[in-house]
Amino acid sequence: MRMKTAGLAGAAILVVAATVFAVTALMQAPPAGDGNARGGFADIGGPFTLTDKTGRTVTEADFKGKPSAIFFGFTFCPDVCPTTLYELSGAMEELGADADRMNVVFVSVDWERDGPEELERYVSAFDDRIRGLSGTKDEIERITRAYRVYYKRVPTEDGEDYTIDHSALVYLMDSDGRFFGTISYNESPEMMLGKLKRLIAEG
Amino acid sequence: MRLAAFLLAAAMLAGIIAPFVSATVAPAHAQDYTAGEIVLSDPWTRATPPGARTGGGFVTIANTGDTADRLVSASSPVAKHTEIHTMSMDDGVMRMRHLPDGIEIPAGETVALKPGSLHIMFIDLEQPIEMGTPVPVVLTFEKAGAVDVEMTVAPPGAPGPKGKAGHKAHGDQ
Ligand SMILES: [Cu+2]
Repeated sequence: MRMKTAGLAGAAILVVAATVFAVTALMQAPPAGDGNARGGFADIGGPFTLTDKTGRTVTEADFKGKPSAIFFGFTFCPDVCPTTLYELSGAMEELGADADRMNVVFVSVDWERDGPEELERYVSAFDDRIRGLSGTKDEIERITRAYRVYYKRVPTEDGEDYTIDHSALVYLMDSDGRFFGTISYNESPEMMLGKLKRLIAEG
Repeated sequence: MRLAAFLLAAAMLAGIIAPFVSATVAPAHAQDYTAGEIVLSDPWTRATPPGARTGGGFVTIANTGDTADRLVSASSPVAKHTEIHTMSMDDGVMRMRHLPDGIEIPAGETVALKPGSLHIMFIDLEQPIEMGTPVPVVLTFEKAGAVDVEMTVAPPGAPGPKGKAGHKAHGDQ
């Protein structure tokens, strides 16, 4: 009996190790080499609570059943965020109805300036299937920790304003909310499209 | 067989040449601006999503002279503040910083302000930047002085002045 349990445990460890290896192999570049990026990719993701454009609460349960592409940023970003949303919406257009088979989510890490209304207006310029989600400081801290997103407020010189350094990865999660892969900022639209197709087919 | 190969080659060649031929017939798509030794080409910006409070502007700056010059400031009626910024991606993290001393344009060199890199940042937009409404910007150089340019407007988030990349339909809308 003990032997059998040990054998099962060993097999379980092997399965876990193989999964971690496979998931790691999926990654093309690790996220930031800072404190937020410690640990394996397999444990990226987890429970969260955010607010959608209508003020409704959204949790990880709302996304289950469909794979998801999640991007973190802020509407004051003049470049990386709109570029990523542009590329995502272009890919969604090419995917056509297949894009309905995934959740595409933009989460703002700027809880002071981006509320549901700001995000809704912002995201509407791209593809209305993209869901803009906002949260309180606590909620954003929770989800960014779960996804190992690096972000840091940096005050501008006059001290009146701030910008936010942030991870520019798109996180791909499968329909069970498990980590599937990432798309990094410098990947071509073709690579992004290919990864999203795979996410829809296999995630 | 050889004829087929020839026709194929001819067709391919025509396909390659055609865009250039039409490009020479059409008027130059973007205006170049010259001030002293400085030549500015392809100034462009992006339409802003509704409610966005910032925008980014881009331009290619060539210094044809034999002394360095410096882009020291920028201004535009579309925004309360216009700054010169740099952006970098380190290990997947986007970092943006104000460059209070501007950007040096070394003698004989070309510096491109482009997405994911150096840019003009419009802060506190007075109104949204819209497609079809070019944005006037004054770029001031240490030596060449102030240059008025008009930035053409690409779709929100577009990677280039024409929208371009893999998402043509989106860019053309
Ligand atoms: Cu950003």
